[in-house]
Amino acid sequence: MKKILALVLALAMVFALAACGGKSADTASSSAPAADESGGVVKIGVFEPQTGDNGAGGKQEILGMQYANYVQPTVEIGGKTYEVKLEIVDNRTTAENGPSAAAELMNRDVSVVLGSYGSGVSMAGGAVFAEAGVPAIGVTCTNPQVTSDCDVYYRICFLDPFQGTVLANYAYNTLGVTSAYTLAMLGSDYDQGLVYYFTEAFKALGGTVKNEDFPEGSANFVSYINNAKAEGAGVIFAPVSTNYAQLIIEAASAQNFEGTLLGSDTWDNNMVVESAQGKAVTVDITTFYQEGGNAEFDSGIKEWINANADAKTNNGGNDMVSAVTAMGYDAYFTALEALKAAGSTEPSAVLAALPGVHYTGVSGEIAFDEIGDAKRDAAYIKTANTETGAWDFVTIQGVN
Amino acid sequence: MQGLLPYLINGVSVGGQYALIAIGYTLVYGILRLINFAHGDVFMVAGLIMVYSSATLPMYLAIPLVLLLTVALGFVIERAAYKPLRSAPRMSLMISAIGVSYLIQNLAFYFTGGLPQPVTNAIPWISENVTVFGESTKRVTLVTPVLTAVLVAALVYFINHTKIGMGMRAVSKDFETALLMGIKINSVISMTFVVGSFLAAVGAMLYFTNYPSVAITSGGMPGLKAFVAAVFGGIGSIPGAVVGAFLIGISEELIKGIGYSTFSDAFTFALLIVVLCVRPTGLFGEKVTDKV
Amino acid sequence: MKTIKREYLLTALILLAVLVGAFVLDASLPSYHIAIKVVKKACVYSLVAVSMNLLNGFTGLFSLGQAGFMLLGAYSYAILCIPVAKRAGVYQYFDGGIVQFSLPEFFSGFLGGTVGPVVGMLCALLFGGLLTALCAYLIGLPVLRLKSDYLAIATLGFAEILRAFFQWNALGPLTNGSNLLKNYPDIGGAAAYILLVGVFIAVILLLVNSTYGRAFMAIRDDEVAAEAMGINLAHHKRMAFIISSFFAGVGGGMLAMYMGTVQALSFKSAMTYEILLVVVMGGIGSITGSIITSFLYIAGLEWLLRGLDSGTFLGISSPIFKNGFRMAIVSVIIMVVVLFFRKGIMGDRELPDLFRPRKKAAKKGGEAK
Repeated sequence: MKKILALVLALAMVFALAACGGKSADTASSSAPAADESGGVVKIGVFEPQTGDNGAGGKQEILGMQYANYVQPTVEIGGKTYEVKLEIVDNRTTAENGPSAAAELMNRDVSVVLGSYGSGVSMAGGAVFAEAGVPAIGVTCTNPQVTSDCDVYYRICFLDPFQGTVLANYAYNTLGVTSAYTLAMLGSDYDQGLVYYFTEAFKALGGTVKNEDFPEGSANFVSYINNAKAEGAGVIFAPVSTNYAQLIIEAASAQNFEGTLLGSDTWDNNMVVESAQGKAVTVDITTFYQEGGNAEFDSGIKEWINANADAKTNNGGNDMVSAVTAMGYDAYFTALEALKAAGSTEPSAVLAALPGVHYTGVSGEIAFDEIGDAKRDAAYIKTANTETGAWDFVTIQGVN
Repeated sequence: MQGLLPYLINGVSVGGQYALIAIGYTLVYGILRLINFAHGDVFMVAGLIMVYSSATLPMYLAIPLVLLLTVALGFVIERAAYKPLRSAPRMSLMISAIGVSYLIQNLAFYFTGGLPQPVTNAIPWISENVTVFGESTKRVTLVTPVLTAVLVAALVYFINHTKIGMGMRAVSKDFETALLMGIKINSVISMTFVVGSFLAAVGAMLYFTNYPSVAITSGGMPGLKAFVAAVFGGIGSIPGAVVGAFLIGISEELIKGIGYSTFSDAFTFALLIVVLCVRPTGLFGEKVTDKV
Repeated sequence: MKTIKREYLLTALILLAVLVGAFVLDASLPSYHIAIKVVKKACVYSLVAVSMNLLNGFTGLFSLGQAGFMLLGAYSYAILCIPVAKRAGVYQYFDGGIVQFSLPEFFSGFLGGTVGPVVGMLCALLFGGLLTALCAYLIGLPVLRLKSDYLAIATLGFAEILRAFFQWNALGPLTNGSNLLKNYPDIGGAAAYILLVGVFIAVILLLVNSTYGRAFMAIRDDEVAAEAMGINLAHHKRMAFIISSFFAGVGGGMLAMYMGTVQALSFKSAMTYEILLVVVMGGIGSITGSIITSFLYIAGLEWLLRGLDSGTFLGISSPIFKNGFRMAIVSVIIMVVVLFFRKGIMGDRELPDLFRPRKKAAKKGGEAK
């Protein structure tokens, strides 16, 4: 009796698996015509980390998309009005979770994907998007390879070579520093990539650079700060994730580091600026957007965040607008433009329409070059105001 | 490398933090022959409790609450996850410890939303900056080794001169004989976990005052390193764990100082392997003969 | 006699059904479908879990170096298989790296475009396994003298040291430092993975049923008695360690194939713990158990239980279903198994044992293995 039961169960499992697969394939084909008749729903996939090292940034990026979805919940495609639904999947920051999270999105029949915060996981997911032929719009993944190696990946932000060079120029020309110290997490391609470009550019300008790495999970940055002081470095460039940024600020303040802490777009987070509040440190960062750049957007999203407890928690407990949030907002509207231009919810049509999309977002003009990267030639530089605990605008810096 | 001093000061402070965790490992190992993988996570939870309690309560209430809840957590872990396996093979016990560690991390993940929690209300006074011999540092850096020394002295007194301390020594010498002699094994073991968790809570408060951000993986590395320290000093020996912790703390900072930070973690493990192969009983460990 | 035959017949039928199911899956679904991703990942986890079981379950050596060995296999596979034309892009910070050939391309040179790449990929996998085995031999020299928990912590340490080395920028031209390795080929769909893993597991099964396997189990049950029976402890422990590492390396290579990108950061001790817990839940000493649990675990985690994280599960919506709930539930289940069902779902039984009447299973358990 038992063995028959076991056999039946085993067979049932196999069939269930096959049936499951079959069923979802059916729904995929049947949902498309149904949507055409009544308008229906168009799904935009959100491929973002909600947990892990980049969880904080990913959540803020999602906020921008959710707010955009709240502002503009429908889109007109091919003469019919569609309701836009965000399908959010957590990719847990790390590359090994990228493929299954991406496959999950494909399973939900999305027309276009937005994300991710963090380049490594974007590249891991990109392979799946390419397999499925679904276009993806990178929001703040800055590694050149995200788009150069993937035909379906586009992005609306600037790239690491650009950002690294901007920071090097800023440090050398504006701050007048000739000796720099860089700190990157071992194993993080984002950190290491930016440090590479920064070092290249800074050395080309005539400066000296000392590179060091710290192992993942480090909390004690005191000795690194001491090393930087020993090198006589005028800036510490540390393009690290939010958590480490807070700890580095803390250590720099404890060790009384007198130079400037230089951060990248990951530092543009209210948790970072709050940890600098009341401390004797100078923190300068590059970013995509400066709060106050678009008054209408700022007041609208603040109101929305304040009215929404979950959103406020995800934003770090206040209504400060991060650049990644603005970028998420722009990415959503870029996706809508692409859908309109495609005249269809078919991923292939959206993919074909994406290269021609032009959109003026809150973070500036968005248009793509032949690789799929945004044409951007300026970054915002902000500094942490240690009295108010907010970012102050410094300048707009280009590479020249 | 600049002057040696800032690295030494920092190394001593790091060593003190490791020492407080290492004692928890060494006590438990001495009695149960169990590497309590969950100990680092207890340390992390203590940090989280500190974040939440200091945000809502005044400091004179928050600190006792952290100690109390952490001790309770250590007690509950022992009762729930280790006590049912007392007669099981040691491997099951270790697997249970790994399972508990996994569970605590995932629960912490759920409750924090997976985001690192910044310590916004640091303990006053010890989080202020001071200048020692012309080097700036936080006061907690100086307080940590002193507090560690005081607590260790108290612990040694407790183990050598109180009844339950004697019980602990007896159980670690010979589990079954101690049982036959009428020692309440379960309460002695619970006491071990209570003491270990208490010290971990103190360690966490110092650690997260110095490095004010608690991630769910924050306990992992300090935990492993403290364990290495315990092995280095001779597992089961309290002075050994403390000396081992200070040595590891200092050498780690010196390695960063000479520019090999890539291997600052790897060094600790290399040291562990060398010690295990050359002198498995560590610096102060007693020679234990395996019973067949 | 007849009953035994029928048990194996049924087992063979089930394995056949699984294989047919995989082919059906490949044929009916697009390659990016979540079901195929799940089957692939579960296959890889099965292999890795079985290799860990060989060491921890059958030989009784408690090693926690699995992630480190997988890292070696994964990097070997990736480094050997990236097409030459893509190397400049992948090794963007290291001038294209120092390895300037690609096994799949090399073999397609004289075996043709269809067979060649597959042979190349298999060679890369096996090379990864051999390299890992060599590394295990070297690590084993000092480490295998240690007893249970010391061995565990020492192997854990080795895995962490390996990871630091692979991320070291000085080795960048070979390992690409902290950056991703990618653009290398994948061997195929779900069926290919099942076939490949099936072959490897069959080898392990043959090994377990050989003299070596019996010696391993004797060591697990009682080292002193085993030695008294004339089993060379050091030799057999080393063999078990090396063989297990070989398959961990191959499994790592397959994980790299599945993931499409490799980064040393993925191979943390958390990965070892995860695999260990899969082994424990399946039953320490049961190959079938490790395989079944791998499939259940991966399918649950990556697919079926995702609803627990995103608000709606089985049609029930609840505010407690938020991010992280899935992992919390899984870890609670693990603790329940560890504490109350210590034998896991299979104990030390294998698939054919399930088709035997209870009484006989107990008597013939040893023989079947």
